[in-house]
Formats: sequence, C-alpha cells, structure tokens
Amino acid sequence: MAEHHHKETFITKYIFSQDHKMIAKQFLITGMLMAVIGMIMSALFRLQLANPGEAYPILEMLLGKWAPGGVLDPSMYLALVTMHGTILVFWVLTAGLTGTFANFLIPLQVGARDMASGFLNMLSYWFFFLATVVLVTSLFVETGPASSGWTIYPPLSALPQAIPGSGTGMTLWLISIALFIVGSLLGGLNYIVTVLNLRTKGMSMKRLPLTIWALLITAILGVLSFPVLLSAALLLIFDRSFGTSFYLSDIIINGEVLHHTGGSPILFEHLFWFLGHPEVYIILLPALGIVSEVIAVNSRKPIFGYKAMVGALIAIAFLSFIVWGHHMFITGMNPFLGSVFTFTTLLIAIPSAIKVFNYIATLWRGNIRFTPAMLFAIAMVSTFITGGLTGLILGDSALNINIHDTYFVVGHFHIVMGLSAIYGMFAGVYHWFPKMYGKMMNKQFGYLHFWGTFICAYGVFFPMHFLGLAGLPRRYYTNSSFPMFDGLTDINEVITFFALAGAVVQVIFLFNFFYSIFKGTKATQNPWKSNTLEWTAPIERMHGNWPGEIPTVKRWAYDYSKPGAEDDFIPQTVPLKEGEIEH
Amino acid sequence: MLSVLIGLVVVLLIVTLVQVLRVSELLSEIVNQDANEVTDRDNNTQGHLFLLIIFVFLGFVIWQMIKWNHFILPPASSEHGMSIDNLMAFTMNLILVTFFILTPLLFFFAYKYRGKKQNRAYYFTHNNKLEIIWTVVPSIVLTAVIIYGLRTWSNVMSPDVSDSMLVEVYAKQFDWTARYSGSDNTLGNANYKLVKGSNALGLDTQDKNSQDDIIVKELHFPVNRSVLLKFRSQDVIHSAFLPHFRVQMNCVPGMTTQFAFTPNKTTSEMRQTEGEEFEYILLCNKICGAAHFNMQMKIIIESEEEYNEWIKQQKTFKSLVLK
Repeated sequence: MAEHHHKETFITKYIFSQDHKMIAKQFLITGMLMAVIGMIMSALFRLQLANPGEAYPILEMLLGKWAPGGVLDPSMYLALVTMHGTILVFWVLTAGLTGTFANFLIPLQVGARDMASGFLNMLSYWFFFLATVVLVTSLFVETGPASSGWTIYPPLSALPQAIPGSGTGMTLWLISIALFIVGSLLGGLNYIVTVLNLRTKGMSMKRLPLTIWALLITAILGVLSFPVLLSAALLLIFDRSFGTSFYLSDIIINGEVLHHTGGSPILFEHLFWFLGHPEVYIILLPALGIVSEVIAVNSRKPIFGYKAMVGALIAIAFLSFIVWGHHMFITGMNPFLGSVFTFTTLLIAIPSAIKVFNYIATLWRGNIRFTPAMLFAIAMVSTFITGGLTGLILGDSALNINIHDTYFVVGHFHIVMGLSAIYGMFAGVYHWFPKMYGKMMNKQFGYLHFWGTFICAYGVFFPMHFLGLAGLPRRYYTNSSFPMFDGLTDINEVITFFALAGAVVQVIFLFNFFYSIFKGTKATQNPWKSNTLEWTAPIERMHGNWPGEIPTVKRWAYDYSKPGAEDDFIPQTVPLKEGEIEH
Repeated sequence: MLSVLIGLVVVLLIVTLVQVLRVSELLSEIVNQDANEVTDRDNNTQGHLFLLIIFVFLGFVIWQMIKWNHFILPPASSEHGMSIDNLMAFTMNLILVTFFILTPLLFFFAYKYRGKKQNRAYYFTHNNKLEIIWTVVPSIVLTAVIIYGLRTWSNVMSPDVSDSMLVEVYAKQFDWTARYSGSDNTLGNANYKLVKGSNALGLDTQDKNSQDDIIVKELHFPVNRSVLLKFRSQDVIHSAFLPHFRVQMNCVPGMTTQFAFTPNKTTSEMRQTEGEEFEYILLCNKICGAAHFNMQMKIIIESEEEYNEWIKQQKTFKSLVLK
C-alpha cells in the first residue's frame, strides 16, 4: 500500500480527483467564489438601507428589471437577503470551511494516505458542485430567486402567490439544498470513518490535534442533523407541488381559499431549527479547532487545558441538539417549553467560557509570533467573546420577546457565528496555504487585510445592536415607513460605509491568494515550526501523502517550548526521551 | 460610464498591488532575507497595534453608547415590560462588565507577550485549580441569570387574564385589523372560509357572540387595564410586535396565539417625554412579503373615559354586516 503509482491525467488530477488535498482546494475555491457573490449581494442591499429609495445606476446594470431606474425592488431586496444568508451559511461557512479543512487536514493530521473512501469524497464535492450550479441558476429565473429568508418558513415559502420568489426560485432552492445535503452527508461520513479508523500508529484519540477533534465532532453533528432538514425540505416540496398539507392550514391568499387543512407551519420551524441550531456549531466548531491549533503554534505554547478543550467541544455539541426552541420563543409554544430551552441555551455559556479562558491562558507568557493567521485567530477569540455575550440576552426567553427578529439578532449572529467562522477560515487559509500550494502568502498584504477586515467588520456589526435595541426589525426594505425609526438612518450610513470598505479590503486577500499560488515565494517544508504530522509530508503534492512509510506518532501535538528540548517545538514523530513525561 | 470607471479603478488597484509586491520582494532579496518570515520587528509592530486597538475598539463602543443611546426604546409602557427592563438592565450590565474585562485582557496579552527570537514561552499545559475556578464562577453567575430569567418569563407568560379585555389582532398581507369583543367580552366564532366582502375576518353571522364585536383599524386601550390579545393570520406567518410594551407574538395561519399585558402610560404621557410626534405602534416582525416593511397599525393608550367615548362611536359587526 505504501507505493501509489496512479497515472494522473489532467482530468483525474484537477477535476474528478479522488485526492483529498485536491478536493479540499475545489471546496475552497468554490467557497471563495460563492463568498464573493454573497458579499456583493450584501453590498447591494446595504446601499439601499443607507439611502432608501436612492437610485444607483449600478443596481439597474446588475439587476435589470429588479431595480427599475436604479432603485432596488422590495421583492429583490428580500431575495438578496435570502440568498446572502443561504450562500454564507451553507455554501461558504459549511461547505467552504468544513469541506476545505476537513478534507485537507484529516488525512494529513491523523496520518492517513487519503480519506476512507476517495470515491465518495469526490462524489461529495460533485454533489456540492451540482447544488451550486442549481443555486446560481435560481438567481436568473423570471420570478426571481427564493425570497422568504434563508429560514424559508412556510407558508411564505410555499405559496408563489405570497411572494414571486416562492415560485421557480424556491423550487430550485429546495433542489439545491437537497443536493447540498447529500454531498455534505457523504463528506461527513467519510470524515468520521477516517478519524476513527485510519489514524496512524501511535495517534491515540488523546493525541489528536484539536483541529481534528473539532472536525470530527462537526461531522457527527452534520450527519445527525442534516437529514432532518432534508426531510423538512422534502415535505415542503410535497406541500408545494403535490397538494399535501404538512405545513399549511386555513389559508386565503389573493382572495382564494386554499384547500390545505390540518398542517402547521410551526412543525416546519421545529424541523428546520433541529438542524438550524446544530448548524450554527457545524459552522463554528471547525473555526474553533483551527484557531486552537493556530494559537498554540504561534504562541509557541501548548494549548492550555487540552482535555477541557475537548470536553467543552463535546459539551457544546451535545447541548446544541437541545436548544433549537430558542429560535421559537414567540411562536406561541408552551411557556414551560420556553423555560426548558432557556435553561439549556444559557448552559452553553459554560463550555464557551472555558474555551475563551483557555485561549487567553494560552497567550499568557507565550512568545507570540504574529503571522496573519495568528492575527485572525486572536480576532476570532474577540468576536467569540463579543458575540457570545449578547447570546445571554437573546437566549433568555423573557428578553427575547422584545429583540426577537430585530437587528440585535443580526448583529449577534454575524459576530459570533459569521465573523468567528470567517476569521477561523482566514486563519486556516493563511496557516495552511504553504502546505496546500507550496508557496507562502505575502505577509504585509496579510497584515493589511487583517486590520482592514477587523476594523470594518466591527464597524458593520457592532452598531446593529443599537438598531435592534431601538426596535428595528430585520428584513425591512426601509425603515422610513415608521417615524419612530427616522433617526436610525444615521446608524445605517455608518454600517454601509464600513460594509463597502470591508468588501474592498477583501480584494487584497483575493489578490494575495491568487498571486501567491503562481508567484509566491517557495515555502519550506515546515514554515511555522509546527508539531503536527502534515508538516512531515513533502512539499510536492503527491497522492498518498508520504513517499515511504506513514510516520508513527510518539507524543501529543502540543510540545512547544518544552523545557529540556533544544528547539521550541518537538514534532509528534519524535520519540519521548528516557524519563520524559508526555505532558 | 460608471462601470468603465469602476473597471478602471479595479485594474489600477491590481496593478498597484502587483507593483508593491514586486518592490517588497526585490527589497527583501537585497537584504537577503525571506520576505514572509515574521521578524521581531513585525511582532513588535503588530503587538503595539493590538495595544492601540484596545483603545480604538473600546472607544468606538463607548462612542456608540453615548451617541446612539437616545435611539434605544424608552422604558416599557406596560407592567410586565418593566420587569423585562429590569432583567435586561441586569443582564446588560453583566455582559458589559465581562466584555470590558475580557476584550482588553485578550489584546493586552497579545501585546505583552509579543515574541522575540531569543525568548522562550512558558510550558504550561493545564492547571486544574485555575480551570475549576473558571468553570465554577461562570456556572454560579449563570445560575443567577437563569433563575432570574425564568422567574421573569413565567410571570410574564402567566398573568391573571380573568378580567382582561379581549381583543383580536388579525394579520394579512399587508395590514392589520383588530376586533374588540364588545360588551359581552367574548369573541364570536370565526372561520377563514367565511371571509368575504365586508366580512373581512370571516365571522360567523349566526353566532350570537359575534353580533356585538367591533372591527377597527386602530387599537385603543384604556390605561392600567389588562388586555388579552388573540392573534390570527389569514395567509403567511406574521409577527405582532409592540416594542414599547415589550409584547411580541407570532400570528400563524391555522392556529390562535395570545399575549396579555397591561399598558400603564397613556400616549399623551409619552408625548411629554418623547416628543409631540410620539405614537405607539404595532408592526410586523416576521418576513411576510414585499411590503413587510410597511405593515403597521397605530395604538392609542388613553384614559378610561376617552376609551369609552371612542368605542361607543365604533360600529358593531351586526350594524356593519347584518344591517
């Protein structure tokens, strides 16, 4: 098995590749492409929010009949918001993040030649690719893309009479998400099997890097929760196309009495959030794993409290399955249920606090090297603190009554989930770029990209809390219909300024990324002086990862600055010295 | 024209970036060092930037709190709302204190422990005592938050509604209609299949209880009197949001939901503190279609006499439909 001599043609190497490293790159590039689309959408609707009703020729150029005279159409506003959410949550932060790093890191860091099933892994990308094609197609249909919010609550999403986007656009959305889920399940099963069965000799679970722990738990969450969304989507397809009444009852629309009876939209909300909440952690945990690794390597210190970190990941994952009701406090559900969900939700603060304190303790008395990845990792801890704290308000049912679905929520989840995950993703890209492409990304551009992003992102999302506390609902095309919200345009202008500036800053990253692939300086084999196994593999990409035997693991991944050692790092392959205690 | 300009700017930007990169790489070749190796000087610069960002970031937060404080909703105009406000103040103070401790601490450590080549980090893998402390302390604080929160929630959700005035709020794309239960304080039966013409809420004309129901487009409530709102929807999910009263409940087709509250400040009282233009408002807070952003109904809180005067002038369902 040690020798792999597949003949690689262009097609098997770059397109229908079964090599986990190539598949990871496919996920990354697709994710980045979708991120750009999602970001442009947000820039478009931010323009409308800062200057409601203002005509922008560029809008008419891009959107045609959806922006007559350059003024964004209210239905298209909702469509942009919906697609922005869908793309960022599923395409970028689920597939883009996990697809990239689970594929890239799991075999390399556990010491495997590839995923358990290379073929299924390839299928997982191509299902995702198909889903992407369908989703992008839906942007161009006559009645517009899905526009009932990324949570697609029926009846709005079920009835084309209620909003034009619930026509063909919604059908394509549902097909796309079904394909997406199939792809994500194929990937998830592979990740789990690989971590459990293909670890190299000596790589006990106790020696796994935290990235792998996080990716493993993420995959388990996905496998357990995504099928529920799939079934919810299938039932919605039935209601839309085959006249069933799972979610619909007692409806008159446009003066027409519909035949549906006996269903409940609340059932959909339960099914949706049974995935939806674990989904938040499917997005967040890989970022936490990446950040754990990056912070340890660049502080030149062991991650503080390894066992507690693993325990906290497991606790968060477990709790994430019994908190979904906190999205539904005001749906009229039994107040006692609300109490239960408040209780379980607020409990998540405990493992989260442990993680934050452990990160801070890891920095303490470190010898910190500020690579661009490290900057993003530290920023991720900051957003996790800032956004996590407002969760104490939203998760408290009594407080939720008045800020539910306001901009307070938008600010909260963009910081704690959006920013944290995207920072984790940036940290991962900067950190593993030398491994992926054998080149270094430019450091100065990395610094510039980081500070621009960090400042703009807080400039966008922090002010949103004030909009929310002023009572402004999310998904409003304009706040000018209510005298009580008149002054809030001031805040919206600040937000839009930072949003546009932040979008421009990302050009630096895109440029740095593609420039470095082709023209970057050559990377050394272990540029960050890191302990984990991926850095023992040769720089030249090869199917099978290691030319000879797979290395054997002799110690945990975090022996940085260990007293008695000459270097400030000891790779996992170095045997323990006589009398040396593991940690 | 604009698109050409934008394209030109993008091209120029890329050219600039390429040139800057070239220059930096050539420079590093001259001094014979890897351009992307992180040096002590980089660590020093970035560390100081983290020190600076403590003041910039926290300054920005404080600036917002001062500048935008007046946008925040005025104190609650309902009895249960005041207990929600107290819980909010408690929780908000707690998270602000935590935020103002942890954020500077994180960035200060980044600054303080910025690396130097000759330094070595302290090998510190775990410390059970420390970890127990920072597990137990948050747990205790959270216990307080949870208990306080749940007590408030159960009080808000289980008020005594035996004497409440019964009013229905009916949602459809994209407006609200209200139905007062009339002198019998009982809402007549309604069925969506009966919605037709002037019978916009689908009341059962045969039901005695519906005869004195009053259908209006504006909500009036007497101050200090408990109101039980019942919510229905005709088409999609809407959410009735009354921000000043800390009231919100979804309106779901196929089921009835409810929320009880007691307004305790009249509109004219509020106008004294919030300005002459002030109005209480009910707005839609669940995405419901293109005109979601403009689905509203005015609410007026007034004295018992003013309210009685108003309700007397309204037509009952009987006089409206049955003639």
